[in-house]
Amino acid sequence: MKGFSINTLRLIIPAASLAILLAAVFYIQPRAMSYTGLNLLFNLAVPIALATIAQMLIMAVNDLDLSIGTFVSFAACVTAVYMPTEPVTAIAILAAAVLTYAALGMIIHLRDLPSIVVTLGMSFVWGGLAVIILPAPGGEAPVWLRAVMVSKPPFVPMAIIASLLIALVAHLLVMRTTFGVLMRGVGGNARSVARAGWTVLWIKGATYAAAGFFAILSGIALVGLATSADANIALRYTLLSIAGVILGGGEFVGGRVSPVGAVIGALTLTLAGSFLSFMRISPDWQIGAQGAILIIVLGLRLVLNRRGQEEKQP
Amino acid sequence: MSIEAEQQAVVSARGIRVEFGAVKALDGVDLTILPGEAVGLVGHNGAGKSTIVNVINGGLPPHQGTIAYGGVDGAGGIATARAGGVRCVFQELSLCPNLTIVENTRVMHAGLSGFGWRKRALSLIRAKLDEIFPGNHIDCTATVGELSIAERQMVEIAITFAAVTDAPRLVILDEPTSSLDAGLAEQLLAHVRRFVASGGAVLLISHILGEILSTSSRIVVMKDGRVVASRPAAEFTVHSLVEAMGSVVKERTRGGARIRTEADFSIERAPSAGSPIAFKARKGEIIGLAGLGGHGQTDMLLDLFRDHSGNWLPGHGDAIAFVAGDRALNGTFPLWSILKNLSIGSLPHLARLWAIDGGRETALGADWKTRMEIRTPDMGNPILSLSGGNQQKVLFARALATKAEIVLMDDPMRGVDIGTKQEVYAILRTEAEAGRTFIWYSTEMDEICLCDRVYVFRDGAIVAELTDDEIDESHVLAASFSGEAA
Repeated sequence: MKGFSINTLRLIIPAASLAILLAAVFYIQPRAMSYTGLNLLFNLAVPIALATIAQMLIMAVNDLDLSIGTFVSFAACVTAVYMPTEPVTAIAILAAAVLTYAALGMIIHLRDLPSIVVTLGMSFVWGGLAVIILPAPGGEAPVWLRAVMVSKPPFVPMAIIASLLIALVAHLLVMRTTFGVLMRGVGGNARSVARAGWTVLWIKGATYAAAGFFAILSGIALVGLATSADANIALRYTLLSIAGVILGGGEFVGGRVSPVGAVIGALTLTLAGSFLSFMRISPDWQIGAQGAILIIVLGLRLVLNRRGQEEKQP
Repeated sequence: MSIEAEQQAVVSARGIRVEFGAVKALDGVDLTILPGEAVGLVGHNGAGKSTIVNVINGGLPPHQGTIAYGGVDGAGGIATARAGGVRCVFQELSLCPNLTIVENTRVMHAGLSGFGWRKRALSLIRAKLDEIFPGNHIDCTATVGELSIAERQMVEIAITFAAVTDAPRLVILDEPTSSLDAGLAEQLLAHVRRFVASGGAVLLISHILGEILSTSSRIVVMKDGRVVASRPAAEFTVHSLVEAMGSVVKERTRGGARIRTEADFSIERAPSAGSPIAFKARKGEIIGLAGLGGHGQTDMLLDLFRDHSGNWLPGHGDAIAFVAGDRALNGTFPLWSILKNLSIGSLPHLARLWAIDGGRETALGADWKTRMEIRTPDMGNPILSLSGGNQQKVLFARALATKAEIVLMDDPMRGVDIGTKQEVYAILRTEAEAGRTFIWYSTEMDEICLCDRVYVFRDGAIVAELTDDEIDESHVLAASFSGEAA
């Protein structure tokens, strides 16, 4: 394993598992190996990838967001109800939601609260707001949004381009900018960041705001695909996003995250669902099978990590 | 000190007092560091070294006294200290292990802003590493978590000495050579001398007195939260430094010269960690583990505990008991009553048919309440209703109520008032007479002097065994601080 740093290794495993799954899907269903096929396979991965990035930002500062699912649903409801007719109101509501996220991050830091508890509580708030805005499934996607989501760029399907774009933007933000360094620094050793004269409070607030922003993008993208919304539309995103981050090489604590890996993780999870459908596994078993895929990939990573560590020890 | 000198001082702390509860960590400390000075700071555990460092770097606001950087009284805090050019290399490594060296440089230097900071940070840290530690082969794009401990220490030192917009004026080095080998330590000390010669100031803390004597221009000796000596380094020798750290030798009442050589060894461990001295303990002995904090004493206690309780089958938990030092962290159950906190260690003996016998539990509680003089009207009160000292008594009672032959104590008397201490000492003595063995890690010299035999630890190994009349402050100090440079 010489020549590979641990960081490279972190990316190789999710990329390899995505490639293997994709090969298996193509083998079972060769018709999927086409422009339309790929678009259909990965279409629903776009909002999941955005939600995964949001979760990854929170996990980069050693927290966990259990409200992502309801928050994305809330954002989707706002988009479907207000965006087509009153775009200004919609943007104002969403901006307020981002500010709320920032405030949550600061409160969690100031009062030293467990983020799991705070976001679990907030998940009921977001869920309730979503129901108030949209009591029954409905609403509609703005025309421009629909046009973007179903557009057919030449050669490469929209879903792939969007995933690449998300990965690129998140990578630049998290891995290249000063803000990204500070954010991961807080996850790695908050005390030394504070000792260097930075204000951890603001870093955490900004991180949560960025996470809220990505989660809102996820809700908007979801409406663009589904053309309507529902207060429960994205509930499973909470666990999917956490699984995606972990699958993509991230860790719960220590500020070790990988944006590219997170997007790959989201794609892998989406693909796993399609793969199981192609295998004609009944939906009753699919969740269990998805779990099995997750366990296999994570087990593989654990083994490789441990071997890497053993080599490091003299 | 003249007003002129005050004004050019890098940092000048006057009358600093800091109290943690009942403990006076700093009791009116004056410390002024001028440019071009290398100040060595020495003192034993609890002398206040770390506390004064934290005050100077802005991390701990003093309860009394003023601190000025460059002659200006600032608002205090980390930002003011950094603006005054104060940088600190902490004893425990304080880099972010998940970031690369370059990114860590960015975190530590707010001045590295703007486009292309990676390139500038890389050349900055590369140059500094090569300057301080010529011939190192550290890859500056590597993640810190992948480096060895020594390499991390080197990187942290290089980052601290590096200058972006404003050069460091005072660098505090807290045990900087503890994880470096002799060659690297010499490179660092050489760099410190160059830095000082060019007008910088350094505050060096080390348990290796040779380093202090060879590098510092002035040596400050602290004891019990006070500065007891501050003189040019040339006026000190290893011997006089050790003497200055100690206090007037007080006559201690030890348990008397009891002859117990005929007693069996209840613990025997082969010499380990490069130490020539084997660890042994007889029945009925009180063994002290001395030395500076964090030099392997707690590890020794944990090893002993594992040796004697390395069996998860029930019924083997009686050989050894442990009295934790950090009450809040691993001692008390904060939501439980005093009685429950006490009886948790001896539940198997209180049980009848797998159910706890309430009557026997209450009797045990009443017994130890009188023996330990736990000051509470009712053993059913919550443990947190007790003062710290009385909580500690409950923890002692928990250990003593078991049938354990060996009791390990991990500096349990930290922050306990003197009256309680005397009571507990007397109980320890009686229990030892009754045949129990106590292994006692203490950072307080008075307690070490109560022991029958003392092992002094340095750098994770036993460096001295003291018995009877040898157990006094000067011997312990001399063994805890090594004379020659590492």
